[in-house]
Amino acid sequence: MLEGQLEPYGRLRDNLANRDRSLREKVMSLEEAASLVQDGMKVGIGGSTMSRTPMAMIWELIRQRKQRLSCSRCIVSTDGDLLIGSGVSDHIVTSWFAQGILWGLSKVMRHHIEKGGKRYDEWSHMAIGMRFRAGAMGLPFLPIRSMLGSDVLRLRPEAKAIDCPFTGEKLLLVPALNPDVALIHVQRCDAYGNAQIDGLQFMDIDLAMAANSVILTTERIVSNDQIRRAPDQTKIPFFCVDAVVEVPYGSAPHECYGLYEPMMKHMNAYVAQVNGDPVEGMQAYLEKYVYEPKSWNDYLALIGLEEVLEAARSGRSIYND
Amino acid sequence: MTEARYTAAEILTVLAARHLSDGQVVFAGIGIPLLAATLAQRLGASGLTILFEGGVVGAFVEPGKLPPSTNDQRCTKRANMVLGSADVLLLLQRGYVDIGFMGGAQIDQYGNLNSSFIGDPGDPRTRLPGTGGGNDISSLTNMIVAMKHEKRRFVEQVDFITSPGFIRGGRTRAESGLPMGGMFRVVTELAVFGFDEASRRMKVLALNPGVTREQVQDNTGFTLVFDEKTAITKPPTEQELSMLRMLDPERLFIG
Repeated sequence: MLEGQLEPYGRLRDNLANRDRSLREKVMSLEEAASLVQDGMKVGIGGSTMSRTPMAMIWELIRQRKQRLSCSRCIVSTDGDLLIGSGVSDHIVTSWFAQGILWGLSKVMRHHIEKGGKRYDEWSHMAIGMRFRAGAMGLPFLPIRSMLGSDVLRLRPEAKAIDCPFTGEKLLLVPALNPDVALIHVQRCDAYGNAQIDGLQFMDIDLAMAANSVILTTERIVSNDQIRRAPDQTKIPFFCVDAVVEVPYGSAPHECYGLYEPMMKHMNAYVAQVNGDPVEGMQAYLEKYVYEPKSWNDYLALIGLEEVLEAARSGRSIYND
Repeated sequence: MTEARYTAAEILTVLAARHLSDGQVVFAGIGIPLLAATLAQRLGASGLTILFEGGVVGAFVEPGKLPPSTNDQRCTKRANMVLGSADVLLLLQRGYVDIGFMGGAQIDQYGNLNSSFIGDPGDPRTRLPGTGGGNDISSLTNMIVAMKHEKRRFVEQVDFITSPGFIRGGRTRAESGLPMGGMFRVVTELAVFGFDEASRRMKVLALNPGVTREQVQDNTGFTLVFDEKTAITKPPTEQELSMLRMLDPERLFIG
C-alpha cells in the first residue's frame, strides 16, 4: 500500500482482531524479531533524532538484507542514513533528515535522494505526530492549522485542505499513518511487553497504538510484579506488543534517556567517513560495523569500552543534582 | 570599532537574547535559538519558559552541557514537565506560545524561510534537511529568526517556502489559512529587521554597531526599506559576552 493511502477501517480492525493479544510471553532474539518485518512493509520508528533510536533492530534488519521498507519517524538522524545507504529502505517519511545539526547536511541523504532514486516525503513535525495520532485513534485523518500556505503542503497532495463545516475556516486534514510494524526501544518492559519509558516519549505511544504490530527492544526485562508497582510509568500496554527483545545499549551510538548519552566520538568518525564518500564510505562502515560483527555486543566492542562507559557516565548524570 | 571582540555568531546570539523577556513562553530551535534563550534566562529573565520540540516545557540548559539537538536528554534538565512531541507542538496551535525562535538557511523579503530545497524541488541542486518543527512554529506564532547575513541567504523569493512568513505580502498569509502569528524580527550579525505593517516587506529597524546601510544592502539580494533615521544597536556588553562564553565553552554554536 502506498504511503498516505489509507488502510480501510475494517481491515485495521480485522488486523487487530486477528492478533494474539493474550497475556503471553513474547521474549525472543533480535534475529527472530527481525524476521517479523517483511520486505515492502511500512515501518514506524520510535524515538527522535539521536534519542531512543531502535538502532539494534535497524542493525539487524540491515544484516537480514530487508528491502523496500517505507520508514516513518518524527525526525531522522543516522538511522535514516543507514536505512537508505544499505538499500533496506527506499522511502523515508519524516520532517527532518540529516545526521544532526552539528554536522550540517547528510551527504548520504543527499546522494540517495538527489540522484539515487529514493524518496524523502517531507511533512511538518506536528503533521507526522497527528498522522500517528489519527492512526492511534482509529480515525482516517486529523485536522491541523499548520503546513497551509507552504510549499511543504504543495508537495503533499495526500493532505487535503478543507473549509471547516462549523466555522468556515481553512484547515488541513492529514491522513492517518498506521505502520505495518513499529520498532520502539524502551528502558524496561516485562516479558508481556508492558513498557516503561523514562524521559522524553516523543511519538512512541501514538506510534505503538497506530501500528499493526510492535517490536520492542528494551535495555532490560523486568518482572510483571515490578511493572505493577509503578503502573503510572507504563506508557505502552502489552496488548499492543508482539515481540520483546532484551538488548542492552540497544540505541548505541545514539542515547537512551538516563542510561547513556550519544557516543560522540563514534558519531563524529561515522559522519566524517560517510560524508567523505556517501557510497564507499557507507559500504565500508556497514562491512565493519554491521555485517561483520558476530553479535550486537561485538558491535559495542568496536565502538569501544571507553566510549560506552563515558556515554553511560554522562547519561546517568541527568539524575545528579 | 571593536569588531574583533566578538564573532558573528556571538553578536547574533546576544542581540537575539535581548528580544526575549521575563514571563514569556518561547519555543526554541536548536543552535543559536536555544543558546540565546538560555542566555536571556541567565541575564535576568529567569522566568522565561523555554519549550523544545522534543517535548520539554520549562527548560534550563546547563552551562557547558548544550544538547546536540532539542530531542536529547540534556534538554530536560531542571524542566517543569515533559510531554510527547506532538503535544508540545499543539501548545503552539492552542496559543500558549508567545515567541517562536529559529535559525534559517534562506529567507526572502516577506520572511518566508527555506530549509528544504536549493533549486527546483522536482530536480533539486541540493536537498536540505527539511522543516522539522519550523513550519509548525512559523505557522502558529510570532517568529524571531536568527541567521547569518549573506547575499545567497537573503533572496528576493525563496526557492521553496518551508516555513511561511508573510507568503507574498499584504494579507496573503491570513488568506492562506494562517490567521495568527507571522514574522516579528530577523536578527543577523549586520542588523535587526522587522516587517512593514501593510506591505509585510522586510525593513531595517537597527544597524549593528560599526555596520553601514551600504554593507547591509550589499549583502542582501533584494532592495531593503530603511527608516529615515536608522537606529544603532548597542554593542554586546562584557557581561553578555562572558555569560555566553560560559554557556558554550566548547564553542559548539558560537563559532
